[in-house]
Amino acid sequence: MKKPAIKIADPWDSLKEFTAARIAMGRVGSSIPLAQCLEFKLAHAHARDAVYSTLNSEAIIYYLDHLDIPIIKLHSQAQNRQQYLQRPDLGRLPDELSVRTLQENAGAYDISIIIADGLSAHAVNSNAVQLVEALVKLFRSAKYNLAPICVVSQGRVALADHIAHGLNARLSVMLIGERPGLSSADSVGAYLTYNPKPGLTDESRNCVSNIRPEGLLHEPAAQKIFYLVQEAFRRKLSGVGLKDNAGLLPS
Amino acid sequence: MAYQHTIHQRVYRFEDLKDLLAKASPLRSGDVLAGIAAATYEERVAAQITLANVPLKQFLNEALIPYETDEVTRLIIDSHDTNAFEPIAHLTVGEFRDWLLGDEIDTSTLQNLKWALMPEMVAAVSKLMRNQDLIAVAQKCEVITRFRNTIGLRGHFSTRLQPNHPTDDPKGIAASMIDGLLYGSGDAVIGINPAMDSPASVSNLLELIDALRQQFEIPTQSCVLSHITTTLDLINRGSPVDLCFQSIAGTQQTNSSFGINLDLITEAYEATLSLNRGTVGNNVMYFETGQGSSLSANAHHGVDQQTCEARAYAVARKYNPLLVNTVVGFIGPEYLYDGKQIIRAALEDHFCGKLLGLPMGVDICYTNHAEADQDDMDNLLTLLGVAGCNFVMGIPGSDDIMLNYQSTSFHDALYLRKVLGLRPAPEFEQWLLKQGITDEKGRLTHSQAMGKLIDHLF
Repeated sequence: MKKPAIKIADPWDSLKEFTAARIAMGRVGSSIPLAQCLEFKLAHAHARDAVYSTLNSEAIIYYLDHLDIPIIKLHSQAQNRQQYLQRPDLGRLPDELSVRTLQENAGAYDISIIIADGLSAHAVNSNAVQLVEALVKLFRSAKYNLAPICVVSQGRVALADHIAHGLNARLSVMLIGERPGLSSADSVGAYLTYNPKPGLTDESRNCVSNIRPEGLLHEPAAQKIFYLVQEAFRRKLSGVGLKDNAGLLPS
Repeated sequence: MAYQHTIHQRVYRFEDLKDLLAKASPLRSGDVLAGIAAATYEERVAAQITLANVPLKQFLNEALIPYETDEVTRLIIDSHDTNAFEPIAHLTVGEFRDWLLGDEIDTSTLQNLKWALMPEMVAAVSKLMRNQDLIAVAQKCEVITRFRNTIGLRGHFSTRLQPNHPTDDPKGIAASMIDGLLYGSGDAVIGINPAMDSPASVSNLLELIDALRQQFEIPTQSCVLSHITTTLDLINRGSPVDLCFQSIAGTQQTNSSFGINLDLITEAYEATLSLNRGTVGNNVMYFETGQGSSLSANAHHGVDQQTCEARAYAVARKYNPLLVNTVVGFIGPEYLYDGKQIIRAALEDHFCGKLLGLPMGVDICYTNHAEADQDDMDNLLTLLGVAGCNFVMGIPGSDDIMLNYQSTSFHDALYLRKVLGLRPAPEFEQWLLKQGITDEKGRLTHSQAMGKLIDHLF
């Protein structure tokens, strides 16, 4: 006996070329077929695993060693992921040991490069080394004086203000794992802040988003960040004011 | 005024009504983050026992945010209807909970309370109610609104078709729109969150939906969820604006952080009304809200996030909206940590909005850093279906590729209609039948409509 067809396909499959949305999934009764359910579950699993992934500081330090820049490890006041997720305020503050480390490493720097796990350590583990290599090359070509590179656990964006202020740097570039999407668990965001100091808000920053192999590639991302850094130094500001003239920015 | 209650010789003192409400609120991460939540389980119940004994009248005398400095407070106090309040004026918050659940309290009794209730009273009573109470009372409410179809009738359940695309690509949006229509979605509105809030881009999207709607005579309305100032601008330029959208909140300061105030909303409301594009009614506003927005804007004045949310409904109520959508799990785990908190918040919002006379829908959703998954959303969808929720979102495979969060899918809405015997808005249902998209029993048939839709859009 022939097996009856249970799954009903949607005959507008060809429209999938126009969008990444989950269209034309077909149905069983009026429900989503199992294959598509499991596909979705897998994507969500990747995102969830990314949220709970941990920063591989040792590997990052090892692979950045050849740049010949001191590297320091820091930690926010959020003790673990659960607390990090519920208390963003703690993720924005350095813990006691980190404050001391920053004091010991304070100097007079142009740029502080900070690598933080954010909401996806996986993203940073996968992208930070190549991105920092590209950035350092560009920054050195412009003769910027670089602060020790900071590798931060349980960090949020505004932690960069405390770090760069503590190190006495004129500008911070934080590379941080972005909130994982269903199709992008490995996306890094770069936040740039001129004259960083505690108390600043998002209006004071510029962001280059979606840095990952399937999104904005490392080299063009570094170029874009470098352009913003130069403009920030030239115009002595960052954030909304810098963005307003963003027509000049290469896309 | 201070309030207190003693449990086993332990005296719990609450500084004022605001403090009492915050401490009585069921646990959620946002109130903990704000530093206003009860410190222990016992303190929370002590606050609830205390709150149960507070007369409803007290809310008229003790403003949570001063009348002088907050226009939302002024709106609430000034629009309070003393006559309508009379039947419940003698009740305490606790007695009001029991009263609401009484068999003699029916739909019309509740409809008459619309202007008798302050949002703070409704928030207060919700804090004393279990989830089933929130569902049972909300189910007694019926809030019907109209533009090109009739939304909110008992036994009916609508969806907003949300065909977002990360770059607003018209073909990408059209593809999702076709997918949704062929799954019977879109009777509440076809509503796009634009990636770019520029007038030109928003106008193109409006034209896209409007042309489709006219060509196929679809009895629904369209909306591009741009800032209200962009919509006003587009109205003045003659774009086909059906509904005026805006995100709103429950404090003046939060609204100000959204770049809005009541005068601006009034101006946009009147401009949209004047277009007169509705065919069966003229409810022209579409509002979105969500617990946590005031804390996020650092503008909560120590008021708990659920009470702030209920106050936003006072803003919505002023403008006879077609749709009010609480976007419950979008804001993240620092406000609503897990599935349990998201579900509770959604039932509270739906209940509070309905009691205040609003056509409540819920964006049943979560982000990837929240402790929630599709099972939680299935639970919530089913609970809201039972509670009589007016509408939910319809998104291809529940994955919004522009806003990067998970909501409900076209399939989800069909599931709910099937298990609870719910039907689309009547005018839209007729259209689905005529196009052969569904049959009399609401089952999908997928007809020749597909070819025509694709030919029109591609």
